[in-house]
Amino acid sequence: MNEVIGIVFFGIGVAFNFFGCLGLVRFPDIYNRLQAGTKCVTFGTIFILLGVLIYSGFTSLGIKAVLCLVFILLTSPTAAHAISKGAHRSGVRLWKESIIDRYREEVKPVEGEKADA
Amino acid sequence: MRRITLFIVSFITWYLLTWPYNFQTGKMDWQIFFVGLLFSLLAAVLFVEVFTRTPLKFFALKRYFWAVCYIPVLFYYMLLANLDVVYRVIHPKMPIRPGIVRVKTTLKSESAKAALANSITLTPGTLSVDITEDNHLYIHWINVKSTEEEEATKSIVLRFENILKKIFD
Repeated sequence: MNEVIGIVFFGIGVAFNFFGCLGLVRFPDIYNRLQAGTKCVTFGTIFILLGVLIYSGFTSLGIKAVLCLVFILLTSPTAAHAISKGAHRSGVRLWKESIIDRYREEVKPVEGEKADA
Repeated sequence: MRRITLFIVSFITWYLLTWPYNFQTGKMDWQIFFVGLLFSLLAAVLFVEVFTRTPLKFFALKRYFWAVCYIPVLFYYMLLANLDVVYRVIHPKMPIRPGIVRVKTTLKSESAKAALANSITLTPGTLSVDITEDNHLYIHWINVKSTEEEEATKSIVLRFENILKKIFD
């Protein structure tokens, strides 16, 4: 029974990962791509790791999966944050149909970099 | 105090990572256990500088209670976020109107702000771009509903702020 539930969780996780990758291809600029990439891939990977936990029970493998889950929850959004901030600082514009960019209006670019790349 | 806390935290991580106790046989692998003690001690001595400055927070059990309460909240919003992204991805016209807005937070400690930024990234349609010194966050919003600071704060930040305040501040 646990094996069946575990495999269902694997399936859900892989599906979310797939949609994340699809978003990575379809969305127009880096920020929207990061949205799809971070959210779906984190969630899908969490489902896969939960599936590992259910599949194997509270053995050393399952506990390692939980630990990986915590670290992915901590690191994946942080990485997205770092990439988006770095991209914005180095002059990557938002998509041309974007509504507003408060960050560009209010934060001065770092010295030595081009304001309008 | 900071060293002791760091020692305990790193030893718990080591224990979970290696899991020397075997449930089937009921035997303990003391070799792994003592190596873990040794290296946790080493980490506590060497890396105490990068550790938190308020270690007493680790011993407040109420914070763990709220952290456990936080898990279903976060999970619910992550599920919403993913269904939202899936909808936007597979919709043929891609209904997005992105933009970067500014919101304000009242959280004080560094770890609370980091957790808030991470939670915002994982929840529907938002991605935190930067945190400034004076407690403002710049949020990339995939579907901008309001460009005003107060309204954006209300719909992005407030749902996490209260519970995060109980966990970290």
